Amino acid sequence: MDWGFIGSHVMDFVAGAWVTLRFGLYGVGCSLVLGLLCCLARYFRVPVLRSVAHGYIELARNTPLLVQLFFLYAGLPRVGVRLSAEACAVIGLTFLGGAYMSEAFRSGLESVEKSQREAGECLGLTRAQNIRYVLLPQALATAAPALFANVIFLIKETSMFSVLAMMDLMNVADTLRTSGGRTVEVLFMLVVAYLALLLPVSLAATFTERRLRYAGFGNQHSV
Amino acid sequence: MMEPILRVKDIHKAFDGSGVLKGVSLDIHEGEVVVIIGPSGCGKSTLLRCINGLERVDQGEIWLRDQLISGLKDMHLVRQKIGMVFQSYDLFPHMKVMDNLLLGPMKALRKPREAVEAEAMEMLRRVGLAEKAQALPRTLSGGQKQRVALVRAMLMHPELLLLDEITAALDPEMVSEVLNVVIDLAEQGMTMAIVTHEMRFAEAVADRVLFMEQGVIAEEGAPASFFREPKTERARQFLQSFTYASTRKKAQETQAADVGLA
Ligand SMILES: Nc1ncnc2c1ncn2[C@@H]1O[C@H](COP(=O)(O)OP(=O)(O)OP(=O)(O)O)[C@@H](O)[C@H]1O
Ligand SMILES: [Mg+2]
Repeated sequence: MDWGFIGSHVMDFVAGAWVTLRFGLYGVGCSLVLGLLCCLARYFRVPVLRSVAHGYIELARNTPLLVQLFFLYAGLPRVGVRLSAEACAVIGLTFLGGAYMSEAFRSGLESVEKSQREAGECLGLTRAQNIRYVLLPQALATAAPALFANVIFLIKETSMFSVLAMMDLMNVADTLRTSGGRTVEVLFMLVVAYLALLLPVSLAATFTERRLRYAGFGNQHSV
Repeated sequence: MMEPILRVKDIHKAFDGSGVLKGVSLDIHEGEVVVIIGPSGCGKSTLLRCINGLERVDQGEIWLRDQLISGLKDMHLVRQKIGMVFQSYDLFPHMKVMDNLLLGPMKALRKPREAVEAEAMEMLRRVGLAEKAQALPRTLSGGQKQRVALVRAMLMHPELLLLDEITAALDPEMVSEVLNVVIDLAEQGMTMAIVTHEMRFAEAVADRVLFMEQGVIAEEGAPASFFREPKTERARQFLQSFTYASTRKKAQETQAADVGLA
């Protein structure tokens, strides 16, 4: 292991990690919003929107991110829509992530007893208030593990951004490897960098799940 | 006579083509307690659920005072005036008792916390649960949960309270602690429609009894006359099924007397 080489390229990896993290988090954030909206459209059987959401989810989950990114980056310009690589990255990741987040939210919402929704309605809450105060807190408790798994999945999927010529971790590593030939050192740093990004997320997931189990609500509706 | 608070006019409701309510009409006046009884599946719950819009009626009209509420698109304002409590309590498990109580008045009615909190404490005290204000629902017994559910509904100051078999899931020793709260409410003049299988309670609390059978109101009367001498054969049979224990006891007494005579 050539520590000198590693030392001289640490900053390249820090820069790459920053790109991965930043655009990964943009994608995760937008995915959560899109996923929640799709999930609510289906849960409340909103006419038209629920079918659109369903169709979108099937499309997004059954096509590779790579293809989605190619479509955005190379396909759309043909019809006159030209997006920056960064925009394609965030839109692509959101397109993929929204579908997975929607399914995670849905598993959570469906674990909440139907009578909870009716109890909220009987108090005269608006639908939005019912979602905000009654349904979502209980749904999140059940959905948390799946949501965290999706966050990790999506951040790993950012490695596809290199096809957009973005200097994310994967592309930094590829460039260094092909120019210098120090494959072992480069791969070592790549692994360390991804671990540094994702390990905290995993730990947060474990911590949250333990807290929720301790709080003891969610789908275990005791009579 | 005063205008009724609630007017149900010939409502019909079917699930998957099979009729559950087949023309039910009903007026409820201010301060009146109407008890609805009848065999399982005759449509009692469906009737209550139609009244506050949890189910949509297929035909007929429901009026709350001078407002037509059946078929309304947005029911939440109407539901603020109609309280409902179910057999399964349905407290929000992720909120403390006090937060369960505050949610409706603070969010739906937009009342300030301090005012509601004081009133909630007062009501909790009245049902004997003042010390449970900061407890989580899962730490309460069934009877305690149901009393909290009643307080939660009452804090909305509804014009009408719908109770659907609120003691059906309770252990027998907890039934009376809940029913006593309801009787209290009746004495304070609360307008209520109550579905129950507790016949002694029904007789005690009702101003009027409705007997439902296969989606229609088959008989209606004052509790004293209804429970003593029901007019229809169906109602007589239904009441008989509840007096099984006492008839048996009577039969034994007669037998004993016979033996004594012999
Ligand atoms: N959402 C629904 N979908 C389909 N059928 C339903 C639905 N709700 C009720 N039913 C049917 O309607 C009929 C009347 O039900 P309802 O719950 O009103 O009866 P009930 O008088 O309250 O009975 P119980 O005393 O058992 O509570 C039953 O046959 C029931 O299976
Ligand atoms: Mg019922």
